[in-house]
Amino acid sequence: MKKEDKREERSPMEDFLRMDRIPHIWCPGCGIGTVVTSFTEALKKNKVDLDNIAVVSGIGCTGRVAGYVKMDSFHTTHGRPIPFATGLKLANPEMKVVVFSGDGDIMGIGGNHFIHAARRNMDILVICVNNFNYAMTGGQVAATTPIKANASTAPYGNFEFPFSLPYMAEASGATYVARWTALHLRRVTKSIQEALNKKGFSFIEVITPCVTLYARRNRLGDGLNLLRYYYDNSEIKHGADTKTIDIEYQGKLIVGKFVDKEKPTFLDAMNKHLSSVLGDDYVLYGRLNNDDRD
Amino acid sequence: MIYYGELKPKKGKIHIEKDRCKGCAFCVEYCPKDILELSDEFNIKGYHPPVVKDEDECCYCQLCETICPEYAIFVTLKEEEKEKEDEKGESRP
Amino acid sequence: MKKVKADPKGVLTGSHYLDGDYAIAEGGLAAGCRFFGGYPITPSTETAERFSERIPKVGGVFIQMEDELASIISLIGAVWGGKKAMTVTSGPGFSLMMENIGLACMMEIPLVIANVQRGGPSTGLPTLTGQQDMMQVRWGSHGDYAIIALSPDSPQECFDLTIEAFNLSETYRVPTFVMTDECVGHMHEKVVIPPADEIDIVERKWYSGPKDKYLPYKNDKDGIPFMVKAGDGYRFHTTGLTHDEKGYPVINAECQDVCVRHLVDKINNNADKIIKIEEEETDDAEIIVISYGITSRVAYRAVQKARKAGIKVGRLRLITCWPFPEKRIHQLAKNIKAFVVPEINLGQMVREVERTTAGQTKVFHVPHCGGWVHNPEDIFNVIKEAAK
Repeated sequence: MKKEDKREERSPMEDFLRMDRIPHIWCPGCGIGTVVTSFTEALKKNKVDLDNIAVVSGIGCTGRVAGYVKMDSFHTTHGRPIPFATGLKLANPEMKVVVFSGDGDIMGIGGNHFIHAARRNMDILVICVNNFNYAMTGGQVAATTPIKANASTAPYGNFEFPFSLPYMAEASGATYVARWTALHLRRVTKSIQEALNKKGFSFIEVITPCVTLYARRNRLGDGLNLLRYYYDNSEIKHGADTKTIDIEYQGKLIVGKFVDKEKPTFLDAMNKHLSSVLGDDYVLYGRLNNDDRD
Repeated sequence: MIYYGELKPKKGKIHIEKDRCKGCAFCVEYCPKDILELSDEFNIKGYHPPVVKDEDECCYCQLCETICPEYAIFVTLKEEEKEKEDEKGESRP
Repeated sequence: MKKVKADPKGVLTGSHYLDGDYAIAEGGLAAGCRFFGGYPITPSTETAERFSERIPKVGGVFIQMEDELASIISLIGAVWGGKKAMTVTSGPGFSLMMENIGLACMMEIPLVIANVQRGGPSTGLPTLTGQQDMMQVRWGSHGDYAIIALSPDSPQECFDLTIEAFNLSETYRVPTFVMTDECVGHMHEKVVIPPADEIDIVERKWYSGPKDKYLPYKNDKDGIPFMVKAGDGYRFHTTGLTHDEKGYPVINAECQDVCVRHLVDKINNNADKIIKIEEEETDDAEIIVISYGITSRVAYRAVQKARKAGIKVGRLRLITCWPFPEKRIHQLAKNIKAFVVPEINLGQMVREVERTTAGQTKVFHVPHCGGWVHNPEDIFNVIKEAAK
């Protein structure tokens, strides 16, 4: 009994995390750790080969995720995980590539790259952890900060209009768009599972509490209060029109799976088109031509 | 305990890595059986880690394990349920 | 350093009439480049166009990214995915790429960037020549690092030096630059491409030891770490933050010292192996003309004229601009009257010549703001002035 107890003392997360770097740097009550657990749950359930998946992050609090997961992981420059993932995926089309980064990184500085990767339907999964500010650098206003919210560079309240991330994703051409809060643990896992099984550009936004910056500056309590608030004020509406799901400051959150459609990926479209135009001259790239990969 | 044919409610054993906890209380708040509470003791960083109030009530839902942002709590299936479980395979609902 | 022969699929053997831009593309394909992420910018667009035409028949990917920032970072991703990658750009695009050139240096990524220089600054002269990015290529990104830059003077050299650039980048795991200019880029000349088995390619320094003992940034005996590709089960982590041997970020001064010194030392300590210069008639010279790129061809005319006029002039052409051939120039400075440095900018490489000369002899500069090449008369007049 004692021996079996010792064996089971090992946390199931140890297979997925670089335990030599735990404890991580995220604040008490931060939702990012929870999102990472939902992600690893999805990997477990889909029985993903951990040697064949790469995680790419940018800069920021969520950007540190790459440093903690035990897969081929890349911590790139601010705003650029998506073109990095594009290059990585095109060089090695058999790999699953997941971009795990924050709202400021993906939609702020990286907005242009996001639009084009979605337009091309690159076969990558983008998990965007949205905490409504640039947390790592001290809580500055971001492209997603709601109107009236306080941020360190909007000390009298934000007056800029924010993005609606699922609307952006759908308008740019993403084939799978979903939004959840961090407390929708198993729904996030299910979304990630569906997205991993799907080919094409998938975008999952997860709204998480930011304790030390967003919650503190706006006097919204601690992590638990904010997490509870997001969950209690969220309403699940699968297939809702992404034009109508803006987030108001401390308002209702519409969550769910909004878009799930099929479209050829960049490589599929490239192979199909160039084969039809060049015929035998074309050297097929990707799945069907493994021996050409160096 | 109500038995529906072969079905029996699962029982979990809770393991807490006290020194990793940052006292956020997510597990305490969302345990469906309400069997966790923040203790009065301090861990090495000065936070109050959770303690299990009543382990017999744990139904192995693993919500605390999934929600903990610090990976400081996990649940394993209790021994007497293990043999039945190995027959069935997939443990998580 | 493992050498193999070029993959015949990418080698367009034969005698061709190509411009410099096309020659760069052919050089890249011959060297094994199978990923090109680019963005059109005059005067380098032809290279991207040539790649987009040729690469589907050779087996690789061409993708036109949304801007230069995306281009360079997609190259870094592709290199981690196992491919050889290159891109081309010009002045404005080069400035955009600077942050991620720093990332490539920090992560020690082998890749090739060709800068077909044009008149600057800002939008400048898109269709006319310049040599105004020579300092930027060395110091453009923030922080301390070192790179290798080569300067071809003809379409044939564009082909040869692109292959050389790939070989150097793989040997030293560093971004390598091919600094041509619009004149050479748009000049049509004969380019002879040899058969594939006469082209030597340096293969990437792949790691082949046990997976659990792999350390991404542990230097091998030659001072360069081994590389792996994503998806082979090494589960490595790499970052742009200052890192230790494992690739994990370590934020303190000691780690910075080790990490950054390595980036600079690996090029500076191997400078003798990397540097290539071409000298002509420097043994008895009293004046030496130092030039690079298209200017060297113009300077040749001026040197010929000067020799006819009885001035003992020699020529030194920089094929490798960075690392700068300090030793040779310092040595030559002892025995001559002056260096003459014509360049199509208002003073960039001449500063390196002045610094290296260390006051031992005079240095005359022949500046040109860009837009066209020098008039050989102007260079000749400065040579005469220097000979007094």
